[in-house]
Amino acid sequence: MKMDLVSTLKVLLDGTIVTVELTVISFVIAFSIAIVVSLAQIYGNIPLKIIATVYERILRSIPLLVVMFILFFGLPSFGIRFNPFMAAILSLGLCSSAYQSQIFRGAILSVPKGQTLAAQSIGMNGTQIFVHVTLPQALRFAVAPLTNEFTIVLKDTSFAYALGVTELLREGTYIVSTTYEPLLIYLLCAAIYFTVTFSTNTVVRRIEKRFALPGFEFRGERA
Amino acid sequence: MIHFINVFVNAFPFLMDGLVFTVELALSSIAIGFVIGIIVGISRSYGKKWSYMISTGFVEVIRGTPLLVQLFIFYFALPQIGIRLSPIIASIISFSINSGAYQAEYIRGAIQSVDTGQMKAALSIGMTKWQAITRVVMPQALIKVIPSWTNEFVYLIKYTSVAYLVGVPELMAQGEFIASRNFEFMNVFLSVAIIYLVIVLFITWGFSRIEKMVRMPGV
Amino acid sequence: MKVLQIKNLKKRYGEKEIIKGISFEMEKGETVVVIGPSGTGKSTMLMCINRLTEPDGGEIYLNENQITGSKHPEIFRQKIGMVFQEFNLFNHLTVLNNVMIGPMRVKKFSREKAESIAKENLKKVGLELQMHAYPAQLSGGQKQRVGIARALAMEPDLILFDEPTSALDPELVGEVLEVIKKLAREGMTMLIVTHEIGFAKDVADRIIFMENGEIIEEGVPSLILNNPSQERTRQFLAKFMEGR
Repeated sequence: MKMDLVSTLKVLLDGTIVTVELTVISFVIAFSIAIVVSLAQIYGNIPLKIIATVYERILRSIPLLVVMFILFFGLPSFGIRFNPFMAAILSLGLCSSAYQSQIFRGAILSVPKGQTLAAQSIGMNGTQIFVHVTLPQALRFAVAPLTNEFTIVLKDTSFAYALGVTELLREGTYIVSTTYEPLLIYLLCAAIYFTVTFSTNTVVRRIEKRFALPGFEFRGERA
Repeated sequence: MIHFINVFVNAFPFLMDGLVFTVELALSSIAIGFVIGIIVGISRSYGKKWSYMISTGFVEVIRGTPLLVQLFIFYFALPQIGIRLSPIIASIISFSINSGAYQAEYIRGAIQSVDTGQMKAALSIGMTKWQAITRVVMPQALIKVIPSWTNEFVYLIKYTSVAYLVGVPELMAQGEFIASRNFEFMNVFLSVAIIYLVIVLFITWGFSRIEKMVRMPGV
Repeated sequence: MKVLQIKNLKKRYGEKEIIKGISFEMEKGETVVVIGPSGTGKSTMLMCINRLTEPDGGEIYLNENQITGSKHPEIFRQKIGMVFQEFNLFNHLTVLNNVMIGPMRVKKFSREKAESIAKENLKKVGLELQMHAYPAQLSGGQKQRVGIARALAMEPDLILFDEPTSALDPELVGEVLEVIKKLAREGMTMLIVTHEIGFAKDVADRIIFMENGEIIEEGVPSLILNNPSQERTRQFLAKFMEGR
């Protein structure tokens, strides 16, 4: 069957847009949850610490696909029905929040203890210390691992395929089923994913360089 | 609650069948991935222009594209050029290559953190570069890499669940099968989740024990 | 009025008693230098005074008000300045902001007022030209002088110095000691823990010798350094003399 390159690319582009939507929304959801969880783990009382730790431990141990299926197939028996898109972003958001909470926790704990001592010595209270001394430094430590996590979420959106969400991979599969050119199409999909991750990394690195403060090393480790 | 336990107990044997595949996939992938990782990692650390560029390209591409896409290429796309792989083989190859790329980075990191002074010292007592790599740098690097295996193994146990999408009867697939057969989605998938949770916790615990045994002061 | 009174201060770490019941007092304008072997609780004592570490026993009075047991240490910490061995400058802030942040955020002064206080104190330590630099760009001696300016900006009644020159290369020690001498001349009340015996001789109104968490001896420099009454003091000083 003759393949029309232009309409193929258009379909893949539609899929890419959905992929990006999934990524960004999930990432933001995860970010918000993760802040709360990490603060609970560091500054919370014992019950809070336990709840937070149990939360992130469980969500880091269960496959994303399982979470998706529980939310999409399992919840209806309790009367909660999500459409595929919602189930996907919730699953992605929950799983990523567990990883992001550890990133924040690591970043906050990386701020040297002497900074806190100095802040206390000039009479700052706990909140002031966190807002003016700990947070600004922790955020800078968190940038590299968070970028890494962003690309991980981006790649994981391909799992939404299993729920029927029309993201990039599923669109690709539809085209394959009509044109029987799996190699080309899937390689194209791979190329698109690669381009997006590569551009994201490059852009973030540029921004990092621009806002770098002398003496601050951005830690470039994999989470 | 009682109903849940009922479902769990009944599903358990079938889920265990699936778990066998899951563990098989994960173990073989991490092992093959390790070999790939060493080759690529050394190439990235010590290779000359061409091998460095190829290995870097390999790592960047694999880490920049989703595992699922890689799996689909091996299972759905290769037949187009005449290579037909069974679901399991396609999965193992795909996961191994994926794991290899990530392990290559861990190994490269470990090699670089083994003091460059080590290389200088080895060369100064007359070793060739190759001897220095294999007898001095790599042993220390490999010890440093062990903690990352925990990460990698857990990652693989979780991500092998996508093999379900190409028809491998691993844990996830078994769960889906039982769930739709019996209309017990929530209970079955919760059971699946619990099994994964237990496995992952066990692996994490096990590896930290191994780590303690292999720890060398100063490395 | 006595600026600082310490009565029977005690501090334990686990089983070990680090500070075994210390008592002394300081008058306004006095410079007291504490010397003694490493690890004998001198720094711990300083950290107890502004309760960065909690004492396990005893009482501390600032301007004759008891500060041990108060539930809001941040209030009296505004009146006690501290200069750290490791400087602990805020890495993400310029020199000017480092000194400004106390007056602005803790004392809630306006930005203009905080800035002028900061500039004044930076001038005092000789660093007004480096206002917009970041800590990582400064030498050790400069960092420590910023640390002093930061403490001064809060207009404290007492400044604690925890081994202020120990982390500095030898050629940088002098510039910091000069600043401290200047503060002494201007009447600041200071409690300094240091290894620099020579400096103690120069600037101290009183020297305290501490060993193993106890005060062995205290008195004016000429007495302690030249004619100590305790044997342990003698031994400690002897090590310093021959070590040179």
